[in-house]
Amino acid sequence: MSTQESIAKDGVDAETVDAVKTVGEKYKYGFATDIEMEYAPKGVNEDIVRLISSKNEEPEWMLEWRLDAFRRWEKMTEPKWAMVNYPEIDFQDIYYYARPKSMIEKPKSLDDVDPKLLETYKKLGIPLSEQAILAGVEGAGDTPVEGRKVAVDAVFDSVSVGTTFKKELAAAGVIFCSISEAIKDHPELVKKYLGTVVPPTDNYYATLNSAVFSDGSFVYIPEGVKCPMELSTYFRINAENTGQFERTLIIAEKGAQVSYLEGCTAPMRDENQLHAAVVELIIQEDADIKYSTVQNWYPGDENGVGGIYNFVTKRADCRGDRAKVMWTQVETGSAVTWKYPSCILRGDDSQGEFYSIAITNNMQQADTGTKMIHLGKRTKSRIVSKGISAGKAQNTYRGLVSIHPKAVNSRNYTQCDSLLIGDKCGAHTVPYMECRNNSSRIEHEATTSKVDDEQLFYCRQRGMGEEEAVALIVNGFAKEVLQSLPMEFAMEAQKLVAISLEGSVG
Amino acid sequence: MFEIKNLKASLADEDKQILKGMNLKIGAGEVHAIMGPNGSGKSTMSYVASGKGGYVVDEGEVLLDGANLLDMEPDERAAAGLFLAFQYPVEIPGVGNMTFLRTAVNAQRKMRGEDELNAAQFLKIVREKAKALKIDADMLKRPVNVGFSGGEKKRNEILQMAMLEPKVCILDETDSGLDVDAMKLVAEGVNALRDGKRSFLVITHYQRLLDHIVPDVVHIMADGKIIKSGGPELALEVENNGYEGLMNEVV
Ligand SMILES: Nc1ncnc2c1ncn2[C@@H]1O[C@H](COP(=O)(O)OP(=O)(O)OP(=O)(O)O)[C@@H](O)[C@H]1O
Ligand SMILES: [Mg+2]
Repeated sequence: MSTQESIAKDGVDAETVDAVKTVGEKYKYGFATDIEMEYAPKGVNEDIVRLISSKNEEPEWMLEWRLDAFRRWEKMTEPKWAMVNYPEIDFQDIYYYARPKSMIEKPKSLDDVDPKLLETYKKLGIPLSEQAILAGVEGAGDTPVEGRKVAVDAVFDSVSVGTTFKKELAAAGVIFCSISEAIKDHPELVKKYLGTVVPPTDNYYATLNSAVFSDGSFVYIPEGVKCPMELSTYFRINAENTGQFERTLIIAEKGAQVSYLEGCTAPMRDENQLHAAVVELIIQEDADIKYSTVQNWYPGDENGVGGIYNFVTKRADCRGDRAKVMWTQVETGSAVTWKYPSCILRGDDSQGEFYSIAITNNMQQADTGTKMIHLGKRTKSRIVSKGISAGKAQNTYRGLVSIHPKAVNSRNYTQCDSLLIGDKCGAHTVPYMECRNNSSRIEHEATTSKVDDEQLFYCRQRGMGEEEAVALIVNGFAKEVLQSLPMEFAMEAQKLVAISLEGSVG
Repeated sequence: MFEIKNLKASLADEDKQILKGMNLKIGAGEVHAIMGPNGSGKSTMSYVASGKGGYVVDEGEVLLDGANLLDMEPDERAAAGLFLAFQYPVEIPGVGNMTFLRTAVNAQRKMRGEDELNAAQFLKIVREKAKALKIDADMLKRPVNVGFSGGEKKRNEILQMAMLEPKVCILDETDSGLDVDAMKLVAEGVNALRDGKRSFLVITHYQRLLDHIVPDVVHIMADGKIIKSGGPELALEVENNGYEGLMNEVV
């Protein structure tokens, strides 16, 4: 690498720190869109499940699938093993379906979408036009991002508002649409794969999701196709007292490749809101999926009032030999996070990677990590987790590495670092490891450190303000994970790291 | 002009005074050296002047061009023109040396209401200055001070100083741990910054450095204050006879 290049790349962080300083507010996505909504009656029962299914004009088999899940869910109880505390959720006091009235008659194209909705995404920095650059990074400095296209599926409360670049993607054979459309237009694919990675019986929230999911994204990359652009879904919760239950299904056929990113935000409200998503990835022989998340749901205020409960099940199934998956997550939002993106390494020589930054500030709680299930021979997994706690927050890494008897010559490497800011927060590491053959190896390293006064003073003596100094140090701590994000999003994520730590010092 | 006036400071956690009425006045363009036994309060003086936490100022002022630095935040003092080359430079994992430098330079420029340097401008300047200090591209890319040798860390401090162009530079034992060639480099780096206006306060245990950076005044510090000041010959006296005689002389 030439010096010029490396320095230019290096300079990004500095630009970002500046950008952060210009962002005045604490949570800049906290506005609400005033728009007429159509709700299903509050609460959940078989009629509500039927109603959601009929709103989405689903075929009978889909309704049966949902009802099956619902009946199971009624017999289940909420899991309590995570290191998080929150008041009992009244599942009958939530709206399970909310859509803008302007979406009842599905707009034919993005041009026909209610301007208020388009305005909302504009304000969030999400381009819903088919332009070639990603908003939010324009003029970000040294790194030219022009010419990069990012297709977006925009999900607003319970419905997808629209998906960009569909035609161009279709020309490459890629299907990218909302899951509700996929159920209608590609039932054979949905039927074949839905629930095969996260079965409807999987866990309490996944089962609930299976019964009431309203929308989400669907991606199909045919054999041998490298997706010609970055795909992304942007989830927005807007309506009050409403849960968002989204479902994402991505299938990469033999030798296919795709990089996908999801982003999430919600208005500031005093009530807690539930977000229970399911994401399933199917990766065939020699295929490769890179899935990145920038989770910035409203975290609640300094006193822990309000914020999203983010209870999410994400799992990738590496079905074919040499299949590869990489999860990268930047979790800065939500009042409570309960999330373990996992990899089933079924194919021989398949690989799973998990890179995570979880930041908790004020009263936030996160219990997050991954599961690496090694079934195939010579399977490899790598876990890099960076937990950052500030304020009175609690941050837990919980991870399972399981190497089965037949998964000979397999490897796992886990690195799990915690950084504490102040002395009222907590960091916990809960690794579960089992290696059931003699030729495989699991390596685990864990560290806990504090943002240290010497480092802070060193930065400040050189002229940096306190928050700028903390942001710089934390971005340094999390660098390895930030680098695993696509370039455009890495810069966004760095800003987010800084913003979410505002008020954490002093 | 830099002046320390009757500075008394204690540890915040213990009832122990370290600086006990320190006085010092450095004119524009002058180089002063401070020598003194271990634990006499030299580093403490530099920390209190630059605003490190953990100390309480009991009395006194630290003036830079008439403004009392003690009323300012550490970053404001830096922007006002105070630079401290640390005795023990701090490691910051994951933060590129170049990023750190640019963030610092632009933070100061911003605070002073000046235009920030863009990547290209910054790069040009930093390359030039790094070259003079024999700091290679690799060192600029690596995380701040992580895995740097003792001498590399000290040269890196001088690079930061050169980039930040302060009005007053305090160098806390920048010579210790340097080999002969590195010490020459550092001295050249410092001398290159002598422009008739910038002031230097060089803390050292060795006369050797002062052969290269010739001071206008040498101060001897003991037990929290300056006990004797003189010309460069005072440093030679210390080198030959140690502090014992000097300290007895004062008592
Ligand atoms: N944070 C602290 N906690 C406890 N003691 C301290 C602290 N800071 C300074 N001291 C004490 O204050 C005295 C002066 O220390 P200082 O580091 O300023 O000395 P110095 O002159 O720089 O010495 P050296 O030549 O060894 O670098 C020492 O006795 C030291 O132990
Ligand atoms: Mg010292």
